[in-house]
Amino acid sequence: MAFGNGIVQKKGSHLWLTHLFMILGVLIIFFPIWLAFVASTVTQPEIVSPPMPILPGDQFIDNYKAALFAGVNVPVAKMLFNSFVMAMGIAVGKITISLLSAFAIVYFRFPGRQVFFWLIFITLMLPVEVRIVPTFEVIASFGLLNSYSGLILPLIASATATFLFRQFFMTIPDELAEAARVDGAKPMRFFIDIVLPMSRTNIAALFVILFIYGWNQYLWPLLITTDPEMNTIVMGIKQMFPSGDDVAEWPVIMATSILAMIPPVIVVISMQKLFVRGLMDSEK
Amino acid sequence: MGNVVLNCVKKSFGSTEVIHGITIDIKDGEFIVIVGPSGCGKSTLLRMVAGLEVISSGEVQIAGKVVNDKEPMDRNIAMVFQNYALYPHMTVKQNMGYSLKLAGHSKSEIERKVSATADLLQLSELLERKPRQLSGGQRQRVAMGRAIVREPSVFLFDEPLSNLDAKLRVQMRLEIRQLQRQLGITSLYVTHDQVEAMTMADRMIVMNNGNAEQIGTPLEVYQKPETLFAAQFIGSPAMNIFDAEIQNGCLILNGLALTEVSLPDGKVALGIRPEHLVPSASGPIKVSLNNAEPLGANTLLYGNIKSSNEDITISMPGVHEISENEGDKSFGVEKAKIHLFCPSSGRRL
Repeated sequence: MAFGNGIVQKKGSHLWLTHLFMILGVLIIFFPIWLAFVASTVTQPEIVSPPMPILPGDQFIDNYKAALFAGVNVPVAKMLFNSFVMAMGIAVGKITISLLSAFAIVYFRFPGRQVFFWLIFITLMLPVEVRIVPTFEVIASFGLLNSYSGLILPLIASATATFLFRQFFMTIPDELAEAARVDGAKPMRFFIDIVLPMSRTNIAALFVILFIYGWNQYLWPLLITTDPEMNTIVMGIKQMFPSGDDVAEWPVIMATSILAMIPPVIVVISMQKLFVRGLMDSEK
Repeated sequence: MGNVVLNCVKKSFGSTEVIHGITIDIKDGEFIVIVGPSGCGKSTLLRMVAGLEVISSGEVQIAGKVVNDKEPMDRNIAMVFQNYALYPHMTVKQNMGYSLKLAGHSKSEIERKVSATADLLQLSELLERKPRQLSGGQRQRVAMGRAIVREPSVFLFDEPLSNLDAKLRVQMRLEIRQLQRQLGITSLYVTHDQVEAMTMADRMIVMNNGNAEQIGTPLEVYQKPETLFAAQFIGSPAMNIFDAEIQNGCLILNGLALTEVSLPDGKVALGIRPEHLVPSASGPIKVSLNNAEPLGANTLLYGNIKSSNEDITISMPGVHEISENEGDKSFGVEKAKIHLFCPSSGRRL
């Protein structure tokens, strides 16, 4: 057994040992999700009587049907839709706005350019939670409580994405902009024909991150949606918990949790393909 | 018609003037090479003609019209960049057709023009490829194609060959020149390579520190350099320059009379090209040689002038070797091959 083979051994007991640890790790991480899944397939009495079941029950269809179409306060299908609108709105909005502002900052010389950039940058220092009271005040006086606009707009500006696109645009050689100018492209044409296609890898990566960011928003929707019809799923789960002596419908809540996980997982998996293809296609 | 007129064109960045007034009248179909060391303002001059830099003062005319305030796209020019500046996400075909598409040509017309240009440049096989799938020379050709397809009245080249290897550079040099003759389009070509300048130019502008040191045909510049700078920049290896003196109509180098000249007495800078020094036992230039570089067809000899210790380079046809004890040699030079410059202004005398 020579050291030349490297640290990771390709055969023998080491192979088994490394895999054993890996499987163990996966099991530990996966176990709570498994429990949630099991809980979503059994009846209420089965959950509350210890010990909790470890194997799925036969209530899968019933519980999920109940969650999707009836829910506790509002059908989960409705909450999924609300979350989807909010996450898409935030992701698409953030990307659009930050692409345009980064484009302006990098390619145009206007007075106060640096000031604007630093103003945008400073907002990085203030997370939603810090400015939540004034933001609520503004949204409330605009009459945007319990609306999609109210859910999306306060979260739509992104210093991080602007900064990221700015850095990327600065790596695009100046000659490319000049070549486009000589070819007769006006600034927005250059943006659409050259800059956008070149940034598609970054856009894909950011979309994944921002979609999940939007999907997982908890505090903001909790504040501004009083109407259950406007609940998003992440906060909706919390709303399902009983207050006082009510009985928690654990199978339905667990089914909702599992359902809440699915869209982000789909986005990650589907965008991953585009992401990798984008990486291989582009010159950078 | 693609004549270009520069009339005392100047460029300043803030309070620093980087181009001090260039004037030249370029005829239709002429190939003008702007040559100079890096930082001399040659690219800036080209970019002012292209419309990528604002002209601080003076006037640029293309095809008889003043274009100072026109956008690049309205000047009817095409530019080839040093790093090609191909759009990385577009195929060769899209790259070449992009300007036509923006100008609103029909699809069939774009197709026709692109394929005609591709034939001309032997790019037909590569039309569906992306730039990163092409070699340096091929990218260079696509950049040329993108310029040609627009049928501009002026081509602008900004050091287009400096990213290629030596062999390809020679080949592309010939191709560009041939193509330009064939199409008859006025061209401005920026380079720092004096060989490119010599071989390609109809006329060249030798630039230094934002000044045009000399404007003329390559042979004019070689045979009759107007300034010390032009003399040393054009020609390889560079011209030897010595401190000399004129006394009573006699040119004196290190106390030895070289030849008679009809100039007033005083100090002069004497320029002799390495290839014009010929060995002669009675020659006035005594050199102790210390190094030889055989290049095959000729040999470069390096040494010092014995009395003053000034460096000297001699280019001799054939192969020569020097050994330690026969390192001393005498050289002479024809009177017609001597260049004299004013040591203070650098102007030719």
